[in-house]
Amino acid sequence: MIRAVIVMNTQGKPRLAKFYDFQPAEKQQELIRSVFGVLSSRAENVSDFVEADSIFGPDTRLVYKHFATLYFVFVFDSSENELAMLDLIQVFVETLDKCFKNVCELDVVFNFNKMHTILDEIIFGGQVLETSSTEVIKAVEEITKLERASNTISLVPKSVSGWQAR
Amino acid sequence: MTTSLIMETLFQRSLEDMIKGIRLQVIGESKFIAKAVEEIRREIKSTDVHTKSIALQKLTYLNSIHGIDISWASFHVVEVMSSTRFAQKKIGYLAASQSFHEDTDVILLITNQLRKDLTSTNEYEVGLALECLSVIATADLARDLTPEIFTLLSSSKTFVKKKSISVILKIFSKYPDAARIVFKRLVGNLENSDPQVMSAAVGVFCELASRDAGSYLPLAPDFYKILVDSKNNWVLIKVLKIFCKLAPLEPRLANRVIVPICELMRKTGAKSLMFECIRTVVTSFTEHESAVKLAVEKILEFLVNDDPNLKYLGLRALSILGPRLIWPVLENKEVVIKCLSDADPNIKVESLKLVMGMVSESNVAEISRVLVNYALKSDPEFANEILGSVLSTCSRNLYEIIVDFDWYLSLLGEISRNPYCQQGEEIAYQLVDIGLRVRDVRPELVRVGRDLLIDPALLGNPFLHRILSASAWVSGEYVEFSKNPFELMEALLQPRTSLLPPLIRAVYIQSAFKVLIFCLHSYLRLSGVIASSADDLAAGISDLASERECPQGSDLAKCEAAAACEQDERFFPIGSNRAVNDIAVQDGGERILSHEAPSISVEKRSFTHESICYLLNLVNMALGPLLGSDEVEVQERARNIRGLVELVQQELPNCVPIKEGSVEMEEPKASVMIKLIHDAFSKELGPVSVNAQERVQIPDGLMLKENLSDLDTICGDILVPESSSFSLGSNRRGDRDGSSFFDQQIKEESELSTESTSLLAQHRKRHGLYYLPAEKNDIRSNDFPLVNEPQSAGCSIDGVDDLVKLTEQTVVSKKKPNAKPRPVVVKLDDGDEIPASLMQPINSKDNLLSGAVREILLGDEPIPTTMRSNPSEKSSGKRRVKEVSLNSEHASLLKQNAGDVGNLSHGTSSSRRSKNRSHGKERHRSPKRNDVGKEENSQKAKQKSGHRHGRHKTRERGDGSSMVAQTPVIPDFLL
Repeated sequence: MIRAVIVMNTQGKPRLAKFYDFQPAEKQQELIRSVFGVLSSRAENVSDFVEADSIFGPDTRLVYKHFATLYFVFVFDSSENELAMLDLIQVFVETLDKCFKNVCELDVVFNFNKMHTILDEIIFGGQVLETSSTEVIKAVEEITKLERASNTISLVPKSVSGWQAR
Repeated sequence: MTTSLIMETLFQRSLEDMIKGIRLQVIGESKFIAKAVEEIRREIKSTDVHTKSIALQKLTYLNSIHGIDISWASFHVVEVMSSTRFAQKKIGYLAASQSFHEDTDVILLITNQLRKDLTSTNEYEVGLALECLSVIATADLARDLTPEIFTLLSSSKTFVKKKSISVILKIFSKYPDAARIVFKRLVGNLENSDPQVMSAAVGVFCELASRDAGSYLPLAPDFYKILVDSKNNWVLIKVLKIFCKLAPLEPRLANRVIVPICELMRKTGAKSLMFECIRTVVTSFTEHESAVKLAVEKILEFLVNDDPNLKYLGLRALSILGPRLIWPVLENKEVVIKCLSDADPNIKVESLKLVMGMVSESNVAEISRVLVNYALKSDPEFANEILGSVLSTCSRNLYEIIVDFDWYLSLLGEISRNPYCQQGEEIAYQLVDIGLRVRDVRPELVRVGRDLLIDPALLGNPFLHRILSASAWVSGEYVEFSKNPFELMEALLQPRTSLLPPLIRAVYIQSAFKVLIFCLHSYLRLSGVIASSADDLAAGISDLASERECPQGSDLAKCEAAAACEQDERFFPIGSNRAVNDIAVQDGGERILSHEAPSISVEKRSFTHESICYLLNLVNMALGPLLGSDEVEVQERARNIRGLVELVQQELPNCVPIKEGSVEMEEPKASVMIKLIHDAFSKELGPVSVNAQERVQIPDGLMLKENLSDLDTICGDILVPESSSFSLGSNRRGDRDGSSFFDQQIKEESELSTESTSLLAQHRKRHGLYYLPAEKNDIRSNDFPLVNEPQSAGCSIDGVDDLVKLTEQTVVSKKKPNAKPRPVVVKLDDGDEIPASLMQPINSKDNLLSGAVREILLGDEPIPTTMRSNPSEKSSGKRRVKEVSLNSEHASLLKQNAGDVGNLSHGTSSSRRSKNRSHGKERHRSPKRNDVGKEENSQKAKQKSGHRHGRHKTRERGDGSSMVAQTPVIPDFLL
């Protein structure tokens, strides 16, 4: 299964962090720092896999991809295929690109909520659920619509908005 | 109140505002965040859910990105989760899955909320609840919500269905009994026409099978069908992973699946799928030569690819194959070695592993030399990688592949000098370990140790301190091989040793102590004060000169022996003659001293009165400042030596006239002491098995688990003196009394029973029998300064010596003429392997789950939720019943024509036949029959897969029966 998904910039600032086994907040930060330590020491144009046993425990590895100012990191175990994970990063980034129209770091920074929505449609509880970005976008759009619908009436008294939110 | 609410809402900072704020801070970020949290603390208490949810959203952001603790807000999370508005609910769920865990107390409150959302008509609300559950489910939640999940599994909406399938994995891991309810529906989804749903189900089974493959063996036909039919690479990868786990459990499976796997490998354009095929073949199907050949072909394609990822994975695949089949590695040797100089660290490490896998007895020297030289040129990290793997490969199985230990020791010396070397600990361990295990190589060991010790440059490198410590230890322990003990002493006491950490300094001082004792003893012996050791010496010389030649020191030893004999004769002609005559009679005992021969030239040259005086002064000077050291180990040892030196210095003037005077004179105090200490030091230390303690048999009538409370009253007076003698014993290593006390101590500790003292005495009499029973090679392997059992060590060494004599010639004749014989490496019978008790225990939860799964797969119908008393018993009982019925069926089938069961439907006919076959196999256990069965089986599989198309309804039943049919077969592998 996939253990964690981390997006961080090239200075090591986390932009998105999702851990599929519970980790306390400080531990999350520590893990992110160690991952950054490993990634920042790697040259360009080398393979994208890193054995992560020392960071995430036995039988874990991570795959990362470097886009512009961002690292996309997936941590996974032996039930996943390395190249498939690489493809999955591609799917994730493509989806972001379509959702945000030419995604850049700022989109990731300011759309905390939406990032999670997108990620949750692709990976569910550590399992790969959807690999087609069109399907993901379809679901994300539905969810966003629903969110908006329930938010636009937020200043209307509760009794009225109650049924509309359904 | 309302106004303030509106104000609050209007003026509340949104998440975006907060992020902007944080980004504006150049230095005071943490201060800004602290302020924001304060603000949130206020806002989150608001009665307005909107304000509250925005506050929670900000908090979740801070938690996720800036690591702020939000456990204090968990109740607010529950409140926001229960909002009726989707956007707010979503915020609540995100916060929950981000921050809730097993120990969150409010998790008890959300069961109903989750239930409500799971049964919601809005599929996205269901999705939120499922997502949250997949992360935070506890045993209670899983149990309480299983019925809802069960309902969702038959949902018509793909969006909900795939998520509810995936969540099962978490449910099973927390509440295995859920399998009794939902497992059948989960299996049903393997044939779902919706690819997304099927993919989710396969994913779940892949995870389940990776934990406990055996339970899912009955589903192999379903997986096979997917393997053949599916076009989705993601699904195929998962199915391959499942077969990778199943194949070792069911040998017949390989024949069936290998064809489609090879087909996939040939046809697919997707590298990920191809790699998975390769990995499956090289992991689980190495017996299928053609498949392996194909896989190796594809691996080569990966290896020559420019993409570093593919190159790396190709090497990975080779290293999976390496331990079992070496030819694919050798075939691609050149590519692999070329990868060693690749820019990519992963590729370098992988190819290094492969190169080390190719190492054998004949090429170890060559490969190691090349690699060690290469390490000098490469970057520090990889250099250490290289050195580490050279060290571990060479020391594998007690230096199995090392023939020439002199070479290996010089290699160790070379590695230590590598400027990047950080392998100090390992090298130190090996130096000492070789010293203990390989007696023939000790002269070379001392030489290498000396070279390291006298190099003052090495003292400055903290990574080498451990090596220096080991060198100091071996130099002290085997000082008798030293060509120049004085030089050694100078090295041990050189001023730069102050750079060493105190504990290593203590080792240095202790070694200096041993060297000093050796020098004094040699001096006194040569000057005739200790007459008795002349016998030892002479015996040792002739022993060595006649039969036991140390590889390195042999030339030296021969001429030295001659010289020493001359010298001996000069000093005590009678004594030495007598001794030579006596050799034949007493040659057994003196092995330890036999090694002293090489140093005799040194003795002749340098053990004069002046040199000894110089030595004593040197020690005094060097240790003087250490008497005030604040490190107790250093101070104590320094004081010990100083004490001895003072004693010797008082008596030394008296010694000199003795040499010139008559030998008859009474021995002075100091020389008696020196002789005693020297004898203590010259007891040999050997390795001891880590399991030695376990082999101590518990004597009859000893109750280890008995209550020990009244022990003090009975044994109190005995134990106190005992423990004090223990410390004495361990101080004086090798001292026979000391160690036997030590053993008693151990024994009594284990023995702490309520028996009377007389019983203790009885045990004491027998204790020699418990520790390290009759085996010859029982020696310690842990750490060097350990108290040894003199008896057993001695006996093992005798055995080894005999072995040396026996094997030496045969080894020589076998080897190339210029090759030296491999010295004997002391081994322990049971090795140093980890006791079986430390093997990884199987997770009890997995056991529960597999019990439940098997019950469902092997049983006819799922058992309702009731708790079962003993799963394994029940299922086995069931199986027995089935077997009986099958037997009768089998008998009736035998009467009929076995193949002709035309009146049955296809599904059942094949299942019948499989029953029939399996029983046949059980009766006549001929291998031929098995093979026939395999073929039949694969044919049948093809048939089956052909028939399965487009009859989903009937399949379910047919499948069920085929699963049942397999039941009598499967348990054979599983139980």
